Amino acid sequence: MFVARSIAADHKDLIHDVSFDFHGRRMATCSSDQSVKVWDKSESGDWHCTASWKTHSGSVWRVTWAHPEFGQVLASCSFDRTAAVWEEIVGESNDKLRGQSHWVKRTTLVDSRTSVTDVKFAPKHMGLMLATCSADGIVRIYEAPDVMNLSQWSLQHEISCKLSCSCISWNPSSSRAHSPMIAVGSDDSSPNAMAKVQIFEYNENTRKYAKAETLMTVTDPVHDIAFAPNLGRSFHILAIATKDVRIFTLKPVRKELTSSGGPTKFEIHIVAQFDNHNSQVWRVSWNITGTVLASSGDDGCVRLWKANYMDNWKCTGILKGNGSPVNGSSQQGTSNPSLGSTIPSLQNSLNGSSAGRKHS
Amino acid sequence: MEELDGEPTVTLIPGVNSKKNQMYFDWGPGEMLVCETSFNKKEKSEMVPSCPFIYIIRKDVDVYSQILRKLFNESHGIFLGLQRIDEELTGKSRKSQLVRVSKNYRSVIRACMEEMHQVAIAAKDPANGRQFSSQVSILSAMELIWNLCEILFIEVAPAGPLLLHLLDWVRLHVCEVDSLSADVLGSENPSKHDSFWNLPGNTQTLTELELKWQHWHEECERYLQDSTFATSPHLESLLKIMLGDEAALLEQKELLSNWYHFLVTRLLYSNPTVKPIDLHYYAQSSLDLFLGGESSPEPLDNILLAAFEFDIHQVIKECSIALSNWWFVAHLTDLLDHCKLLQSHNLYFGSNMREFLLLEYASGLFAHPSLWQLGVDYFDYCPELGRVSLELHIERIPLNTEQKALKVLRICEQRQMTEQVRSICKILAMKAVRNNRLGSALSWSIRAKDAAFATLVSDRFLRDYCERGCFSDLDLIDNLGPAMMLSDRLTFLGKYREFHRMYGEKRFADAASLLLSLMTSRIAPRSFWMTLLTDALPLLEQKQVIFSAEQTYELMRCLEDLTSRRPVHGESDTEQLQDDDIETTKVEMLRLSLARNLARAIIREGSLEGS
Repeated sequence: MFVARSIAADHKDLIHDVSFDFHGRRMATCSSDQSVKVWDKSESGDWHCTASWKTHSGSVWRVTWAHPEFGQVLASCSFDRTAAVWEEIVGESNDKLRGQSHWVKRTTLVDSRTSVTDVKFAPKHMGLMLATCSADGIVRIYEAPDVMNLSQWSLQHEISCKLSCSCISWNPSSSRAHSPMIAVGSDDSSPNAMAKVQIFEYNENTRKYAKAETLMTVTDPVHDIAFAPNLGRSFHILAIATKDVRIFTLKPVRKELTSSGGPTKFEIHIVAQFDNHNSQVWRVSWNITGTVLASSGDDGCVRLWKANYMDNWKCTGILKGNGSPVNGSSQQGTSNPSLGSTIPSLQNSLNGSSAGRKHS
Repeated sequence: MEELDGEPTVTLIPGVNSKKNQMYFDWGPGEMLVCETSFNKKEKSEMVPSCPFIYIIRKDVDVYSQILRKLFNESHGIFLGLQRIDEELTGKSRKSQLVRVSKNYRSVIRACMEEMHQVAIAAKDPANGRQFSSQVSILSAMELIWNLCEILFIEVAPAGPLLLHLLDWVRLHVCEVDSLSADVLGSENPSKHDSFWNLPGNTQTLTELELKWQHWHEECERYLQDSTFATSPHLESLLKIMLGDEAALLEQKELLSNWYHFLVTRLLYSNPTVKPIDLHYYAQSSLDLFLGGESSPEPLDNILLAAFEFDIHQVIKECSIALSNWWFVAHLTDLLDHCKLLQSHNLYFGSNMREFLLLEYASGLFAHPSLWQLGVDYFDYCPELGRVSLELHIERIPLNTEQKALKVLRICEQRQMTEQVRSICKILAMKAVRNNRLGSALSWSIRAKDAAFATLVSDRFLRDYCERGCFSDLDLIDNLGPAMMLSDRLTFLGKYREFHRMYGEKRFADAASLLLSLMTSRIAPRSFWMTLLTDALPLLEQKQVIFSAEQTYELMRCLEDLTSRRPVHGESDTEQLQDDDIETTKVEMLRLSLARNLARAIIREGSLEGS
């Protein structure tokens, strides 16, 4: 059972991304109004906007939080061909009282010649690193060697994907057995049916990222891509938002069988494909244990997918708007009965509905 | 068949028009963010109205109810007790322990029910009252199901007492009208009934019982045949009932509130010594007869039927679908697993199912600001994925207060989750540094055993000292103890502070030696040497000679070392020149002091004692 509350967002244009921080107590939104807003959750559970500022000179496509080990750091990317890194400055006590905080720009990454479509921080065990992807088909990986100095970022890798890129996902697995891995999706709609999902892996010997796999079966434009958090599995799970929702497993083939020194080869299997949205799927995202996948699509719904203990994936929930106007006051909740029966007749049968006797 | 079927639950979000807009979302640890948008990424959208709202979706609101919290807390205690039951126990003693656990769970459910019932009655708002009442119903259903499972699966009542247990079960859960009907049915032939039901503590064997019952049954039949009671249709139908005639029983349908009441009554009169394995036949037919094709079975009916058929997996599956909270199925399945009932089934998902359900339940608890602590223990008893799930969840707990942080850290340390400890301490250390609380940052770095960060914070301390001439957080630095060894810089910080303390206590000789050793042992960073040498000045200028000749030579060596390596500045930067001037003056002063001290030291050491 879910409970929904609403917060007045106050962006002056479409919101393109919403992102919780690591602990779920802060969130960031970015919009075509070129600004980013940061919201904080108070002890009582209410959300307040604590910062709102212009970040780019074009629509801001994505905003993402760094791991809190690096402090309070955000990255944003935009149609204006740049990505930027922001850090929160501990403000004057006056500001604290008013509940405002300040964010300053630490660096602007200007290497792209086209709209930057996604920006994602790497898993924390790799240090302070982020990747961007652009419509010019290049994935760029930057690193800040000194975590206390966020104005120094160096471009470490440029990976050419040959197709306009729309999304990237780092493999969050922090096992020593896996080299860093990044998946890139493309929404290129040109007619040559090139596979739209590529996976790159870092090679310790060459110190470069090399293409490890291409998902040949994904030929429609890809809008979002997400590796699942790894609970100690030996294989990886990747979710893709394209004309439907697809979930792939990638099992590393044993190193002895591949040419030593080359990228890992993977056995790729598709374990689920859902077209319930009946339309383009735009966003996929995993919960923190990687046990539930959420997707949203053109049908205006958010769907939740879960594997049971037999590893079969099924839809376990749908969030959709009912089109009714929301009540004026924000922070309002609609509650559902607790412990709830999804099927209210559980109560009825106890009351002996068949015989019509009322329970005392 | 093994899958959790059922339609996905649809949650409506008021205010979002799914026909017009799509939704973006993000997961949080306990909540989910959703906002309306449109997915067409054009540079400038048409005059789409601004996005008015963001929605926060939270799962499992039930976890937050005050009364249910008690249920979760108390069942947690029972769960732990169950896990710790000695595995060595077998046979009767084990069974009685397991039955006791089951009864404990049920009493907790009943207590919760009772409390909620009180709240329902006292509720001022009728809608609220109804909500609570419906919760009471659900709890009641849960207790009903659990009780039946206890009788059939855990108690495993043999043929004779089985019906007694079922009778109790029905009496307990069906409404009071039942007792009325029992009276009506029983009052007609009290003597026969009393003598027959003198069972508890009896010395009769099952066969004797059965014989007796047969005898009595035949007697009743004879009465019917002989039309002994033909004059009174009421008594005749009563007789038929006592013979277990289904039609006669069904005529009294209004008195039987549901089919399982019918079932038990029927068994009472037609087959009181029914064996467990024969139960399912009676159950299915009772359900069908009772419903009479007018209505279809409800979820509860299916659950109970599955239980009568001893299909444990079906029971669990149906319960999982019918109840939105994992509490019930998780605890029940865990208990049945301890009764070794799940293993005898398909091994493939026998123990996996228990763990699957416990993981679901525990994950749900982590969404709650205080119940997460219960979740920790549940994860502990999930051998496959418990630890890694706990690692993922515990990192996400917001560390709003120091107390909470310490609690979380203690839990991680107890389980040797070193990476989580390091990460959490690092997060707190970073937060402290950014807020300029260096002492706090230092203590978190030490706890994280993060040498690099400790070095960083120590550097900040030293920089602060250089700028302000005094230390902050003296207490912390003074009491570092063995933690000082974490990083060289930290060791230096500690020792340097010690030097100041010694100087303050006028232990000049000790202070001098320490100061010298800091430089010669290379613990002091070069950037700090000038400061150290400057610190030596007052010691050099004291009336008595503190530094020995040997030590003075060392100091001179250090000074020369420092000055010889200084870079030559090419540009004529006035400020740089001024700095250089200051530096040069300092160096000159030091040379002078050192020379003077050397002279005095040599004289003193060369002189005879006492002269």
